[in-house]
Amino acid sequence: MTASARLPARGILAGLGLGLLGVFILSILFGRYPAPYWIPLDLLGSDEMAQRLVWSLRLPRLVSALLLGAALATAGAVMQMIFRNPLVEPGFLGVTQGAAFGAALSILWIGSSLLVTQAVAMLFALLGLTFSYSLARHIRYGGWVLRLVLAGIAVSALFSSGVGVLKYLADPLTQLPEITFWLLGGLWGVTWRDTLYLLPVVLPGLLVIFLMRWRLNLLSLNDETAFSLGTAPGRERTVLLIAAVAATAAVTAVAGVVGWVGLIVPHLARRLCGANAQFTLPAAMLIGGIFAVVCDDLARALLPGEIPLGILTAFLGALLFLALMMRPAFAAPE
Amino acid sequence: MSAPALISLARLRFGYESGRPPVLPDLSLEIPAGTITAILGPNGAGKTTLLHLMLGLLTPLGGEVRVAGRPLAGYSRRELSQLVALAPQSEHIPFDFSVLEYVLLGRSPYLGMLEMPGAADYRLAREALDQLELKPLADRPVTALSGGERQMVMLARALAQQARLLLLDEPTSHLDLSNKGRLLRTLGRLAERGATIIFTTHDPEAAALAARYVVLMRAGQVIDSGPLETVLSAERLCATYHTTVRVEHIDGRPVVLLDQSVMRGPG
Repeated sequence: MTASARLPARGILAGLGLGLLGVFILSILFGRYPAPYWIPLDLLGSDEMAQRLVWSLRLPRLVSALLLGAALATAGAVMQMIFRNPLVEPGFLGVTQGAAFGAALSILWIGSSLLVTQAVAMLFALLGLTFSYSLARHIRYGGWVLRLVLAGIAVSALFSSGVGVLKYLADPLTQLPEITFWLLGGLWGVTWRDTLYLLPVVLPGLLVIFLMRWRLNLLSLNDETAFSLGTAPGRERTVLLIAAVAATAAVTAVAGVVGWVGLIVPHLARRLCGANAQFTLPAAMLIGGIFAVVCDDLARALLPGEIPLGILTAFLGALLFLALMMRPAFAAPE
Repeated sequence: MSAPALISLARLRFGYESGRPPVLPDLSLEIPAGTITAILGPNGAGKTTLLHLMLGLLTPLGGEVRVAGRPLAGYSRRELSQLVALAPQSEHIPFDFSVLEYVLLGRSPYLGMLEMPGAADYRLAREALDQLELKPLADRPVTALSGGERQMVMLARALAQQARLLLLDEPTSHLDLSNKGRLLRTLGRLAERGATIIFTTHDPEAAALAARYVVLMRAGQVIDSGPLETVLSAERLCATYHTTVRVEHIDGRPVVLLDQSVMRGPG
């Protein structure tokens, strides 16, 4: 039943692709200029202010939101499969908190230019992951999954207490607002320059993962099985993790801490396409893009003032999560 | 053992932790090609460790494993996975792959790092399911299978790998009588077609039904190895398991029974 097993997944992917395109186009028109919530099409043709607004403010922000959602969802899907745990997301393993700590540290003492902040954030994101992973290996209690979660919680807590210290030390007029922005997450003020900083890290990372997506299935099996199927489990998992963490760190460097996308979107994708990452991974990328663009639309245009994006993704993500948990799964485990 | 060896182990030494006595102090063994070999022995005898050494998953501290005359180290991961397949005793699968998708993973040795399985791979995965009469399960999620069904599906994945050497770790441990029969029958057919099969088991009946050669292990050492009829004797099983065993013959086939006297032993 090749057709019945694969065509629906392909159809779903095509539908999601069209959905993303539609959301993207509507989002260009959605906003608070000249009045809530739409730019009429004829105005976009004639009004120079509207054109400039769309080109230099909305478009870079939209593209960044798209990359943010796709990167976080992909990183979440990769980590859930590699760690064989559907509850893992980038934030659980010290990556997000590590990036936030690195960014705060950079703003305070190293340099607040985006490139430097991004590099330091990425370094600390990797450090957070490595720390969680090696800590989990040394915990002498519980199974692997529990140990990972415990280690991730501990490392995240260490980094967030570090962020607390840095906030306390920061200059309340110049540095503190910048750090606070990190912790709430958001894309206001994003320009084409920020978007261009994102591209060279996020796109190659996502590309590597996308190309290895069927291989990811093998790496979600026991070590012995993955090995017997011809993979080098340790090395290949490391390549995928580095790609995922690099993408996460890059978007976190631009947008701050945006939670829940990496946890909830892979679950949605699996509900739609099943477990096979050949289809689930592209689905997660598309859904992640749609989710982040919609959340960012609401963040910038729902109220006269900006709502921090991280608050919206957490609110909507948690609601979606609850709805998913209440509905019976396609296949109830034994 | 007269047939040429497909896999041979020479003076193999292995331990998981340095400073502790090795799990396998010094083990030599030759497994003839095109036959079924059963490895029997008490819990902790080192049977699974031995399979993992044959697979190349574990690296011996000393000695050498050769497959088809070549040392394991001389193979690439891909070459070796086309030659040797493993069905582990159990596998925790946290995501609900369909049975077909899971069996399809057995095709990976023939796919490049970035390649997706094609129509031929789907066909071979379906054939593997067919061989074990598992077709009705193809679209079921693996997470919803019973322990026995899951064990059969793991074997189907190993079959899709089309390897010359099949390593099965306790393949019958969760199977009911009819599935056990089906599995052993499939192994027999595969061996007729030239596959070499090595399985570990706690079940002397499975060994007596399917295997031509038997290896008895205790505490990392081979107590005896050779043709079924000579090795599966009461005396050698007693030496392997340290309990009183009787071997009866029914229809010319050895049947292993625990002796009545075990009920009166100490403890």
